[in-house]
Amino acid sequence: MHIIVPIKQVPETSNVKMDPVTGTMIRAGVGTVVNPLDLFAIETAVRLKEAHGGRITTLTMGPRGADKALREAMAMGCDDGVLISDRAFAGSDSWATSYTLSQAIRKLGDFDLIVAGERATDGDTGQVGPGIAAWLDLPLATYVAAITRVEPARGLTVERLVEEGYQVVDLPFPALITVVKEVAAPRLPTLRGKKRAKAAEIPLFTAADLDLEPSYLGLKGSPTKVVKVATPKVTRGGTLVRALDEDAVADAVDQLLAFLDARDLLPTGGRA
Amino acid sequence: MSFVWTLAEQHEGRLKAVSYELLGRGRALADKLDTKLASLLIGDGVSDEQLQTLVHHGADEVYAIQDPRLASFTCETYSNVLVHLIKTYRPSVILAAATSTGRTLMPHVAVRSHAGLTADCTELDIEPGTGHLLQTRPAIGGNIMATIKTPDHRPQMATVRPKSSRPLPADPTRAGRVIEVPLDLVLVDERVQARGYRGDAVDFVNLEEADVVIAGGRGMKKAEHFALLQGLAKALGGAVGATRDAVDRGWIGYPHQVGLSGKTISPRLYVGAGISGAIQHLAGIKTSETIVSINSDPDASLHQVADFGIVGDLFQVLNELQRRLDERRRGGEEDRA
Ligand SMILES: Cc1cc2nc3c(=O)[nH]c(=O)nc-3n(C[C@H](O)[C@H](O)[C@H](O)COP(=O)(O)OP(=O)(O)OC[C@H]3O[C@@H](n4cnc5c(N)ncnc54)[C@H](O)[C@@H]3O)c2cc1C
Ligand SMILES: Cc1cc2nc3c(=O)[nH]c(=O)nc-3n(C[C@H](O)[C@H](O)[C@H](O)COP(=O)(O)OP(=O)(O)OC[C@H]3O[C@@H](n4cnc5c(N)ncnc54)[C@H](O)[C@@H]3O)c2cc1C
Repeated sequence: MHIIVPIKQVPETSNVKMDPVTGTMIRAGVGTVVNPLDLFAIETAVRLKEAHGGRITTLTMGPRGADKALREAMAMGCDDGVLISDRAFAGSDSWATSYTLSQAIRKLGDFDLIVAGERATDGDTGQVGPGIAAWLDLPLATYVAAITRVEPARGLTVERLVEEGYQVVDLPFPALITVVKEVAAPRLPTLRGKKRAKAAEIPLFTAADLDLEPSYLGLKGSPTKVVKVATPKVTRGGTLVRALDEDAVADAVDQLLAFLDARDLLPTGGRA
Repeated sequence: MSFVWTLAEQHEGRLKAVSYELLGRGRALADKLDTKLASLLIGDGVSDEQLQTLVHHGADEVYAIQDPRLASFTCETYSNVLVHLIKTYRPSVILAAATSTGRTLMPHVAVRSHAGLTADCTELDIEPGTGHLLQTRPAIGGNIMATIKTPDHRPQMATVRPKSSRPLPADPTRAGRVIEVPLDLVLVDERVQARGYRGDAVDFVNLEEADVVIAGGRGMKKAEHFALLQGLAKALGGAVGATRDAVDRGWIGYPHQVGLSGKTISPRLYVGAGISGAIQHLAGIKTSETIVSINSDPDASLHQVADFGIVGDLFQVLNELQRRLDERRRGGEEDRA
């Protein structure tokens, strides 16, 4: 089985603090990581490979330094990494990103499955996975929480976590799935994996290496344009009530009920 | 004249509430653009009576494409249908819900229609002068609000966060047409087969569509204590949510997880008990209309973003709150008796 895992390098936000005065994100000293939700995609691919054999190619479109993310994925068990990087790709929206990634995937040749993350934690659109499926006309299942059947060369059965429950879906290979946290708990990289990843040769695809329509690339090729960025206020200036003994608890709950009532948030038909 | 379209959603023949929220949004845009608003339903088994309610909530026209082959969402066929309709009618704006369906279908269609798509919007407006759609959305875990425009491509497509606006009140006297559009069988793609739902779909939590979410974190201390939250959720007409820490401890299932690696919600009321308010949790709740925090630590981050916070022991507070709500309910029953 050949499995492809597209991953994105994102700013490390788990330690991010908001500046209470300016309301902006304190970015100083913030490094980059593999999009945390892509770890579930990597783990899914590694488990499929362990069960059915084959190889995993991980790829990312990003700055030259994004090979770091690929090496992290390789340390977890991906066999190969491909870096897609060119100034021409800068500023791509999800439409242009999914186009460029699709053309890179075409160049990689035959594959059985693409496993993408549900969303990247920065751009946060969740649109790149379905976008790649559209470009490559691949059967698609999003929000996959479990893979319950795999028949190599034939297809797979997955459970999608949707609003009403877990929807069971059959897909033929080659297909594209996007996965959620429940699918598999990511493993830690092994020392051996890290060593191998560090030494690995990572091919670079630039715009010249791919068969691309120039008007589909980067900022210019992106239909959406970000025209304004604002920082929402962090605090709502709410009321804080202390309830450290029994009387104070009763009093605090009184105030809370009055507050909810004033906002019309209590079920009707009763009296406080 | 290019219309504004909204996509209605159905499950097992019943329209979902988000269909009406989108019509409220769409109505405002269509009025500003001086054009018509159409609601599109792709599905099966939705009665004519229900389709009329889309008119009552703001649609000028309703296109219903219904067929047993469309009963369950599969992206390929739905995408074929929508791409075909876009080619035929050339709408200027399409809004869908940022649900599992909308967030799958819309990017697929946007690629094929060479259209821009803005994800998970919480505000929409029309730019004076140009008539472009201004789409505002939270990004980077809700830490920024980005306003996005699609100047050169049509349709302008957006998914809209469920619960981020309220539907217009129903007006049964509103005039509008319901048009049944037959499914052209060449559009059916049978590669992906939906096989129904796993057995535990009964009583499944639909957190994204709940008006009230009562969430618990590590401060709940054990699984059994989540019954407290269930009780309150019942009394307030809501569902139970949780932090990653609570889910990872096995106190409650993953479908209840709210935040960066769980669900993003926008209920009218969110109550967090024993939740510190980590940035990854806040990412999932920031656009809630009202936030209430119950935490013994006065410096907990959740208190800082709350509209109402109680510094105290959550067990005492929740029990007292439950008692008072039960009292109110009984009072109400006596009033009616
Ligand atoms: C504030 C802000 C708002 C934005 N809003 C929009 C918007 O509404 N619409 C829009 O079209 N664009 C938007 N963008 C641009 C968008 O962030 C970029 O297109 C980005 O390249 C991909 O989108 P994402 O981060 O949303 O990824 P997602 O679509 O959330 O990522 C899903 C999955 O796709 C794969 N993937 C994503 N990016 C890459 C990559 N570079 N290389 C390999 N695999 C990848 C990963 O598996 C990932 O888990 C916005 C950008 C910013 C900064
Ligand atoms: C990549 C990534 C993704 C993540 N995704 C998510 C996500 O989707 N959702 C999520 O929630 N988290 C997520 N997290 C985890 C997040 O960083 C926090 O660790 C988590 O939200 C903390 O959960 P908590 O508030 O339940 O626990 P804690 O932070 O331990 O807070 C417990 C709180 O309970 C209070 N408390 C204890 N006892 C009582 C009592 N008797 N009465 C009142 N208060 C009491 C304490 O004062 C404390 O504030 C993610 C982290 C990372 C790195």
